[in-house]
Amino acid sequence: MSTVIYAMYDDDHVLLDGAKKVVSKGIHVTDVFSPFPVHGIDDVIGVRKTRLAICAFIYGLTGMSLALIGMRYFMIVDWPMNIGGKPNFSLLQNLPAFIPITFEFTVFCTAHGMALTYMLRNKTLPGMKAKNPDPRTTDDKFVMEIHVEESKEAEVIALLKETGAIEINKKAA
Amino acid sequence: MHHVESQIREPLILGNKTYHQITEDVCRPVEGKANKMWYMVFSIASLLALWGLGCICYTVGVGIGVWGLNKTVDWAWDITNFVWWVGIGHAGTLISAVLLLFRQRWRMAINRSAEAMTIFAVIMAALFPLLHMGRIWLAYWVLPLPNQFGSLWVNFNSPLLWDVFAISTYFSVSLVFWYIGLIPDFATIRDRAVKPLSKKVYSILSFGWTGSAKHWNRFEEVSLVLAGLATPLVFSVHSIVSMDFATSVIPGWHTTIFPPYFVAGAVFSGFAMVLTLMLVMRKVLHLEAYVTVKHVEYMNIIIMVTGSMVGVAYLSELFISWYSGVEYEGYAFMNRATGWYWWSYALMMTCNVVSPQLMWVKKWRRNIVLTFFMSIVVNVGMWFERFVIIVTSIHRDYIPSSWNLFHPTFVDIGLFLGTIGIFFVLFLLYSRVFPVLALNEVKTILRTTGEAQLKQIHAGEHPTTNDSPKKGH
Repeated sequence: MSTVIYAMYDDDHVLLDGAKKVVSKGIHVTDVFSPFPVHGIDDVIGVRKTRLAICAFIYGLTGMSLALIGMRYFMIVDWPMNIGGKPNFSLLQNLPAFIPITFEFTVFCTAHGMALTYMLRNKTLPGMKAKNPDPRTTDDKFVMEIHVEESKEAEVIALLKETGAIEINKKAA
Repeated sequence: MHHVESQIREPLILGNKTYHQITEDVCRPVEGKANKMWYMVFSIASLLALWGLGCICYTVGVGIGVWGLNKTVDWAWDITNFVWWVGIGHAGTLISAVLLLFRQRWRMAINRSAEAMTIFAVIMAALFPLLHMGRIWLAYWVLPLPNQFGSLWVNFNSPLLWDVFAISTYFSVSLVFWYIGLIPDFATIRDRAVKPLSKKVYSILSFGWTGSAKHWNRFEEVSLVLAGLATPLVFSVHSIVSMDFATSVIPGWHTTIFPPYFVAGAVFSGFAMVLTLMLVMRKVLHLEAYVTVKHVEYMNIIIMVTGSMVGVAYLSELFISWYSGVEYEGYAFMNRATGWYWWSYALMMTCNVVSPQLMWVKKWRRNIVLTFFMSIVVNVGMWFERFVIIVTSIHRDYIPSSWNLFHPTFVDIGLFLGTIGIFFVLFLLYSRVFPVLALNEVKTILRTTGEAQLKQIHAGEHPTTNDSPKKGH
C-alpha cells in the first residue's frame, strides 16, 4: 500500500531547494501546486516541456491554408469580379488584396486552436472540479506531492521536515 | 539565492507586502460591498446607457435616416465613434502582449484592467458599423456565405471586409487571452470564498484550475505564444481600419502614411483611457501600492512618444499635401486648417500634439491630478482627430453644389454618449466581480520589485515574501 504525502512550504525558493534535495535522494516528486509559476521547478521534478507551441503552429498552417483556398475559390474560381479592371484571374496576382484576411484568419485559428487544446490538456473546462490538495495553494502556500510506499513513509517525512516544510499531511493513495 | 537588482530601480509594489497580502488586497473589492461612490457613478453610467439603448432601438426601428448624415457627409459620428473606440481598445492587448514580449514587469499591475477595457471598447466599436448597416438583422451578410440569389460572395478585396475579419479576430483573441489569465485568479477567489453562491460561481468560472506544475508550464507557453500572436494582431487591426480610408480615392484619406499613423494614434488614445480608468480605480479600490506613480509615469512616457508620432504624422500629411502638387490634396488640407471646421482641427492639434509635450517634465508626468486631466484631453483630441479626418475630408465634395456641413441629431449624440455609458456600466460591474489586478502574476514580481523586498536585497539579505519566520535560509 502506498500513501500520498503533501508537504507544504510558504516560500517558493525553499520549496525549490527542497525539491532538489528530495529528488537527489531518488524520491519522485509527483506534482507541485503553487499560486504562480515557480521557475525552475519543471526541470527538477521532471515535467517535460509542453508541445502546445507545435500544435499552435499546425493550427496556424491550417488557418492560412483554409483562408487561401477559400478566397481562391470565392474570388477566382466561383465568381471572379471585375473591379476597375484589376487582376481577378489568378491567386498570385490577386494575393496582395488577400494578405490581410489570410493573416487574420491564421491568427484566429492559431489562437483559438491553441486555447482549446490548452483547456483540454489541462482538463480545465467549465464545471470541472478543482483537485488542488489545499485551498491555500492558490493564495500563498506551495505544496509538493509525493507518492511513497508505506515502509519508506517515515524516512521521507523526516527528509521533508529537514527541507523546511511547514506542514506535512498524508492520505492513502 | 541572491538577486542582483539595480539600486536606482524604483519598486513596483509599495509597502511591506507578502503573497498573502496581495491576495487580500485584490480580493477585497470582490468580497466586500460596493461603496456609495460606486453606486453614484454606476447610476450616472446606467442613465447614459439607457439613453444610448433608447437611441439604438430608435435607429434600428426607424432607420439611419434619424442620424444627421446627408448625401455629401455620409460617414460622420458613427464611423468617428467606431474608430475612436477601436483605438481605445488597442492599449489592453498592447500592454499584455507587447510588454510581455519585452518582459516589462510593470505591465502586471495594469494588464487585467487594460484588457477588460479593450474588450468593452471593442464591443462599443463594433456596435457602430452594425448599426450603420441599417438592417442589423442582415448583419450575417458580411460572412462569406453563398446567398440565395446565386453564388455571389462578399468582396475579399474590400478593406471593409478585412475590417470584419480584423475586428472579430481581435475581439475573440483578446477575450481568450484575457480569460486564460483570469482562470488562476478566479481559482484564488474560489478557494477563499465563504458564501456558497460565490463559491459555486467562481468554481464554474475557474474551470477546475489547480495550479499544478504542469498547469503552470502550459500556462506560460500559452501566454507567450498568444502574446506573440497578439502583437502583430494589434498592429494589423488599426492598420486595416485605416485602410477603410486610405484605399478610397478621397483627398485627405488617400495617403500611405495612414496605417502607422493610425496605430500610433490608437496606442496614444488607448493609454489615455487606461489612465483615466486606473487613476480612479486605484483610489476607489485602494490599490495605490500596486498601481504606483512609477506606473503612471511609464504610461505618460508612452503617451508622450505616441503623441509625438501622431504629431509627426499630422505635419508630414500637411507637408505632402503641398509638396505633392496635387490640387485636391492641397485644398483638402487647407480647408481642414482654415475652413469651416478649423476649430476641430485646432482642437485636435492642441490636444494631441501640444499637450503631450508637457510630459517631458518629470514632475508633471508624475502628477496624478495633471495626468488625469491630460488623459481626458487626449481622448477628446483623439475623437476630434477622427472627426477631422472623416467629416472635413468629405464635406467639400468635388462639385461645389454638393458642399454640405454635418449637424448631429439627438440620436447621434445619444449613441455616442450612450456607448460611453454602456462602457462604464460594463467596467464598473467588472470592477466588482473580477480580480482587477492579475494577482497571481503580481506575486511573481514581488520578490524582486517589492519595496520591502528591495530594501532587504540592498541590505544583502534574502527577501521575505511571507509572514512566518524564515526557515532553511
